[in-house]
Amino acid sequence: MAQPRRVPLPTRDPQQRAGDFQEVATGYDAAMAREEAARCLQCKHRPCVGGCPVGIDIPGFIGKIAQGDDEGAWNILSRDTALPAVCGRVCPQENQCEKYCVRGIKGEPVGIGNLERYAADYFQSGACPVPQQIPWNGRRAAVVGAGPSGLTCAGELARLGWRVTIFEALHEPGGVLTYGIPEFRLPKAIVRREVENLTALGVDVRCNIVIGKTLTVDELFSDGYEAVYIASGAGLPRFMGIPGEGLNGVLSANEYLTRINLMKAYEPGAATPIFKGQHVAVVGGGNVAMDAARSARRMGAQSVTVVYRRGLEEMPARREEVHHAQEEGILFRTLSAPVAILGENGWVKGLQCIQMTLGEPDASGRRRPVEQPGSEFELAIDTLIIAIGTAPNPMLTRTTPGLDTNARGCIRADARGQTTRPYVWAGGDAVTGAATVILAMGAGKEAARAIDRAAQEGAPT
Amino acid sequence: MYPIISKERLNPTVSRMVIAAPLVARKAQVGQFIILRAGERSKRMPFTVSDVDRELGTVAIIYQVVGAGTMELDQLEAGQSLHDFVGPLGTPSDLEGLNKVCIVGGGVGCAIAYPAAKALHRMGAQVHSIIGFRNHELVILEDQFRAVSNRLRVMTDDGSHGEKGLVTHALLEWLEAGENYDQVIAIGPLPMMKFVAATTKPFGVNTIVSMNSIMVDGTGMCGGCRVTVSGQTRFACVDGPDFDGHQINFDEAIARSRMYQPFEQHAREDACLLYQKEMS
Ligand SMILES: Cc1cc2nc3c(=O)[nH]c(=O)nc-3n(C[C@H](O)[C@H](O)[C@H](O)COP(=O)(O)OP(=O)(O)OC[C@H]3O[C@@H](n4cnc5c(N)ncnc54)[C@H](O)[C@@H]3O)c2cc1C
Ligand SMILES: Cc1cc2nc3c(=O)[nH]c(=O)nc-3n(C[C@H](O)[C@H](O)[C@H](O)COP(=O)(O)OP(=O)(O)OC[C@H]3O[C@@H](n4cnc5c(N)ncnc54)[C@H](O)[C@@H]3O)c2cc1C
Ligand code: SF4
Ligand code: SF4
Ligand code: FES
Repeated sequence: MAQPRRVPLPTRDPQQRAGDFQEVATGYDAAMAREEAARCLQCKHRPCVGGCPVGIDIPGFIGKIAQGDDEGAWNILSRDTALPAVCGRVCPQENQCEKYCVRGIKGEPVGIGNLERYAADYFQSGACPVPQQIPWNGRRAAVVGAGPSGLTCAGELARLGWRVTIFEALHEPGGVLTYGIPEFRLPKAIVRREVENLTALGVDVRCNIVIGKTLTVDELFSDGYEAVYIASGAGLPRFMGIPGEGLNGVLSANEYLTRINLMKAYEPGAATPIFKGQHVAVVGGGNVAMDAARSARRMGAQSVTVVYRRGLEEMPARREEVHHAQEEGILFRTLSAPVAILGENGWVKGLQCIQMTLGEPDASGRRRPVEQPGSEFELAIDTLIIAIGTAPNPMLTRTTPGLDTNARGCIRADARGQTTRPYVWAGGDAVTGAATVILAMGAGKEAARAIDRAAQEGAPT
Repeated sequence: MYPIISKERLNPTVSRMVIAAPLVARKAQVGQFIILRAGERSKRMPFTVSDVDRELGTVAIIYQVVGAGTMELDQLEAGQSLHDFVGPLGTPSDLEGLNKVCIVGGGVGCAIAYPAAKALHRMGAQVHSIIGFRNHELVILEDQFRAVSNRLRVMTDDGSHGEKGLVTHALLEWLEAGENYDQVIAIGPLPMMKFVAATTKPFGVNTIVSMNSIMVDGTGMCGGCRVTVSGQTRFACVDGPDFDGHQINFDEAIARSRMYQPFEQHAREDACLLYQKEMS
């Protein structure tokens, strides 16, 4: 009988890693991977596959690893995902594939993400050939945004013979993978490698072009693109609307992380300024909050406290990130909500919070936090990072006639990504609001197929 | 890469640079800006589009050397290239229906205000301009403003050129003399814009200011450029940079512009050292 527990993913010592930006997890070696792969029962009804938004043949690729055929594992993975090295690292596996793993009933589920990462890194190491450009089918498509959704859609279309141009507003492709998720969780070399693979497929990535400003969607059509896929991401950071948000030392997680990741402010001598707070609070409980907190730790903060209004169990962040954060000495004030930011001479000096209890479940099915009167308390801080989500950016919808938005301001699209405007598809965070890398990729892939089908049928869908 | 076509010094710290960027040139309108990076590791810096040549596909910016980033930019010469150049960003100035306008520029803010003056003049509006500088050495664009203004006053702090005094003095005189403007457009350092807005308030004159917040992406993603307008959080890069001067929380904006001062100081000193080494 195989082990009830999974082979743990080797990670660097918390003390050591909290002082630099190198990757936290070092990954399985071949022997560990084979041992973990052997735990998979190769279930005929494959419940795990149903939990993966892109339907990866999980027992298939794990079986290959168990047999010692890493290239075979890679080939199976690449049929369904364009970014396995990314998803193996950042998917919230405990809510997706691994949640349905039979092995999880009595013990720990198979480490599907860890194995996916292993197989993908095998490819990344250069052991597999780079993809080849395939003959042009005479069609051209434009993709707006070089995040996971746009990259996936472009790759998929290129494999179907399309000439694809990706337009990216920033000076580097990758979207959140580049500016949001830090190096210690997702090395940027991996993102660059994925982009190089797309270039090898013939995809043209053009940075420094803002669609809606530099060029409009209408102009893309008059420039000869037959179809447009919009994958412009989640948009503007939300603030809390409590007193003191204009104080110095208060910033959104997007700003903090962009300075650190995209602008490399963690490197000595970097040109972009960063504020190195000593006592930092981060408001929020998602992956963004964890990344901001752990980055602040690495930038030298003495204390970092995550303030979250529900309990540890309700935190939307990946389990592993919460666990790693705790190991790195991040403090958690759960069931606490900020009510005011206190300042002195224009700078933050404290955060006033109130204690919460969990009441009845709300519309999202999670128990609603309720304030406990008289339970106010104060945290002494010099930096406050706000990670409570985003609201849609109106730049594209304002300048694209016929592109409707829903009640929340997100672009309206059906299950295949078709928007209210003919020949325009959309997907990823721009449609769903902030979600996950794998869902954004799934939407890109679905749209690519729909675009190709529509072009062959010769009519707008 | 974005080739630098020409570079011309306007005063000891202000230069005009013309860059080949056809897509931006085709689109840019008055009041919009670009973000550039001088080199591969440089920071992103916003500059107002000063002028465009749609035929040649070039964009002109006028920049003042104030810190490490602009110092690095200033090292580049015609024939070299900028690593990144993106735009046009921000919402264009709304000049529709204006018949009589007073433009108030302070220092390098005159460069940012000039395109509006020129556009209004072309539209047939009456343009009154007040441009202010610390001293005669720093005066820029005087002839250009004269050519597009029905009335022009040049102010210096020390009286070494034009009249001695602040731009707000000149503005107050005109307002008190009964000039009734459809709009006052004020662009310059934050304290100057604050005082211009305070000057026009009692006269009930609509006053537009251009908020040069600290920016990173310029596309509405980071929230770093936020300003409080009528008690609401707004983003200068997408909602602005033009805002109603009577609704801005200037004190907060002034404090926020100093957020990274210790870092900037340090970077500036390092850049100066590097510069001196290269010169010697
Ligand atoms: C800090 C952080 C941590 C996260 N951690 C995880 C995690 O661990 N696991 C997980 O699954 N998900 C995580 N997420 C969420 C995940 O990253 C997103 O759901 C995913 O990146 C969405 O992909 P996308 O392609 O739709 O958009 P994005 O990744 O946001 O990419 C959009 C791109 O479009 C560009 N763009 C925008 N507007 C325009 C325009 N007008 N013209 C041209 N280009 C434009 C943007 O610059 C950007 O590069 C995290 C998000 C953040 C911010
Ligand atoms: C919309 C907009 C339009 C602008 N147009 C012009 C222009 O036409 N000509 C011009 O000379 N300057 C313009 N600026 C200001 C210019 O971007 C800054 O002077 C420049 O970024 C300073 O960089 P630095 O490293 O040389 O100086 P630093 O040492 O970084 O800063 C010096 C001071 O400049 C301000 N500053 C710093 N970084 C930024 C930033 N990213 N954005 C705005 N202000 C900043 C700060 O208040 C700081 O105290 C504009 C700014 C904005 C936001
Ligand atoms: S892509 Fe994500 S959900 Fe799918 S198998 Fe891999 S880790 Fe699981
Ligand atoms: S459910 Fe678990 S054990 Fe079964 S095939 Fe999937 S990964 Fe293997
Ligand atoms: S500069 Fe980032 S939101 Fe405006």
